[in-house]
Amino acid sequence: MKIHEYQAKQIFSRYGVPVPKGYPAFTVDEAEQAAVRLSAETGTKVTVVKAQIHAGGRGKGGGVKVIKGGPAEVRTVAESMLGMQLVTHQTGSSGQKVRRLYVEQGLEMVRELYLGAVIDRDQRRVAFMASTEGGVEIEKVAAETPEKILTVHVDPIAGLSAYQARQLAFGLGLDKYAKTTVTSFVKLASALYELIVKEDCSLCEINPLVVLKNGEVVALDAKINFDDNADFRHPAWEELRDKDEEDPAELEAKKAGLNYVSLDGNVGCLVNGAGLAMATMDIIKHYGGTLGVTPANFLDVGGGASQEQVQKAFKMILSSPKVKAIFVNIFGGIMKCDVIASGIVAAAKELGLRVPLVVRLEGTNVELGRKILSASGLAISSATTMADGAKKVVEAVTAKGGAA
Amino acid sequence: MSILVGKDTRVLVQGITGGAGSFHAKQMLDYGTRIVAGCTPGRGGETFESKVPVFNTAREAVNASGANTSVIFVPPPGAADAILEAIDAGCTLVVCITEGIPVMDMIRVRRVLDAQTAGPARARLIGPNCPGVITPGPTGQGCKIGIMPGHIHRPGNVGVVSRSGTLTYEAVGQLTALGIGQSTCVGIGGDPVAGLDFVEVLELFQNDADTQGVIMIGEIGGSAEERAATFIKEKMNKPVACFIAGTTAPPGKRMGHAGAIIAGGKGTAAEKIRSLEAAGAKVAPTPSDMATTLQSMMR
Repeated sequence: MKIHEYQAKQIFSRYGVPVPKGYPAFTVDEAEQAAVRLSAETGTKVTVVKAQIHAGGRGKGGGVKVIKGGPAEVRTVAESMLGMQLVTHQTGSSGQKVRRLYVEQGLEMVRELYLGAVIDRDQRRVAFMASTEGGVEIEKVAAETPEKILTVHVDPIAGLSAYQARQLAFGLGLDKYAKTTVTSFVKLASALYELIVKEDCSLCEINPLVVLKNGEVVALDAKINFDDNADFRHPAWEELRDKDEEDPAELEAKKAGLNYVSLDGNVGCLVNGAGLAMATMDIIKHYGGTLGVTPANFLDVGGGASQEQVQKAFKMILSSPKVKAIFVNIFGGIMKCDVIASGIVAAAKELGLRVPLVVRLEGTNVELGRKILSASGLAISSATTMADGAKKVVEAVTAKGGAA
Repeated sequence: MSILVGKDTRVLVQGITGGAGSFHAKQMLDYGTRIVAGCTPGRGGETFESKVPVFNTAREAVNASGANTSVIFVPPPGAADAILEAIDAGCTLVVCITEGIPVMDMIRVRRVLDAQTAGPARARLIGPNCPGVITPGPTGQGCKIGIMPGHIHRPGNVGVVSRSGTLTYEAVGQLTALGIGQSTCVGIGGDPVAGLDFVEVLELFQNDADTQGVIMIGEIGGSAEERAATFIKEKMNKPVACFIAGTTAPPGKRMGHAGAIIAGGKGTAAEKIRSLEAAGAKVAPTPSDMATTLQSMMR
């Protein structure tokens, strides 16, 4: 789960990770008031207005403006920014609508750095990565100049030791600034580690982390991703969720206990199990890719879905206008084929089957499942294997001339 | 023979009184698995299916029953604790079926696993978020630990190791349809931080006299497949057929499994397929060809 920069900075503050002072704004009035407050509270003459969307690369897309003309100019900028479609390298070409702003005190910095913490799957530990190449995409640094990234791994029992933070600090050359800079960095990194563990973050990134004129280090940006698996111990996450940033279909699926990801293709897929669901997408593209037939979604109904869940899943697929055919691929283990069949029949009868449907059933109660499908009177094409099913669904789409 | 589990495996079921635990414990008993004890805190003294004694703690259960392997059906908030309890009780194999354990919990579990001294008493973990492990066989010979449908398996000489549940069943179904049986099938699970890795299972298959070939099923995310490729190239002389799921998966999206995500451009299917092919493994062109791909290598 992703949250906004201003939300991440509020969490940073709670844990003692220094951030500039700022206020979120949902309206132009709020933005102007925030600028007035900031000037009164900090005496700052420079204000930064930052568009709050979940994608990175906002600066380049025009979503970050440094303002020297006071609250009136903040108001003008907020007017143009709120409601704009912000396009960055992470949003896709249509961009993301800006609905929230963060108005922040401007700070005079002497150096931009990068500090990130991720779960290192190979080392099975939290890894802290730091780089002198702040303010640019870290993936680019990793690809082009990996030697510029310093890494330490944290022993979960000992926690982040001060010596490890010092290794990063001296490696970044922080002793060049002020006497306090190294200590300031060590304090920040320790606070960040505590935050990551207690808040169950799967990723925490500060890009850029800046050294101020007075030698202190401050998180100028903040990115937090939470580990969805830990939501049971963080009821407060629900309030941080911004539904406008999420795919409505994916949200709806989540509520029904289904794993769903929207894709750009034209074949709706209903599968049990995540691996099989991915493999089903792959085999559709394998046989149909050159003909313009590709998967419209990833959908895993899980190992023990009920008839109602299957019905819901099928409805979601049917309601998508881009879907030109449907491929149901089930290898029933715990999931019984008759349950799947009943769910499909119920949904198809309720909504009407406007596109070709190919069903491949295998596993527990398969005969019963096939009987339910054939007795339904629905136009269902039955497949014996995954490959057979994929070929049939590709054929169905191309025969209709609907591949484009 | 087989790897990890067999007819002498004595199984403790943690969470045996819960919904999933009781359902699957029954299925395992029906398959012929020797379930010797159950554990649910607060339910000690009960008897499951009028034959399996239930204990309050794993230690009591192991001491009373001689269980050497534990299978965990405990829900996510208590699952990591259940793994640690099984290790402490002396189980040398812990199979965790639970899906949805926070990664921070698994990092601590891994730390405990990795701190063990080498030797036969060292505990191994399979999973979490996995279907489990099965050595197929008739009652009294086979051992099914987990949630896989027992009836699709046949005893034989092909090992299967996979990050995905249903895709494992798919591979097993294909093998059985071709008349090819399985030595042992291991689901290592779909989480980013887990127990046994491809390499460790491949090593067990390489050293198992009765395994003549292996199907390995990977997916996007992480670099376990790349490590496996290095092992296959350097240490294996048995044929390995692979399938990697997620060629069509978009970057940055979690595809069902917590670990199935292309992050920062790393962990793509294309990368994994390239390294496996370069290592001498054969990668099935589609998930429908897993068994035939291995068959073509074993002739």
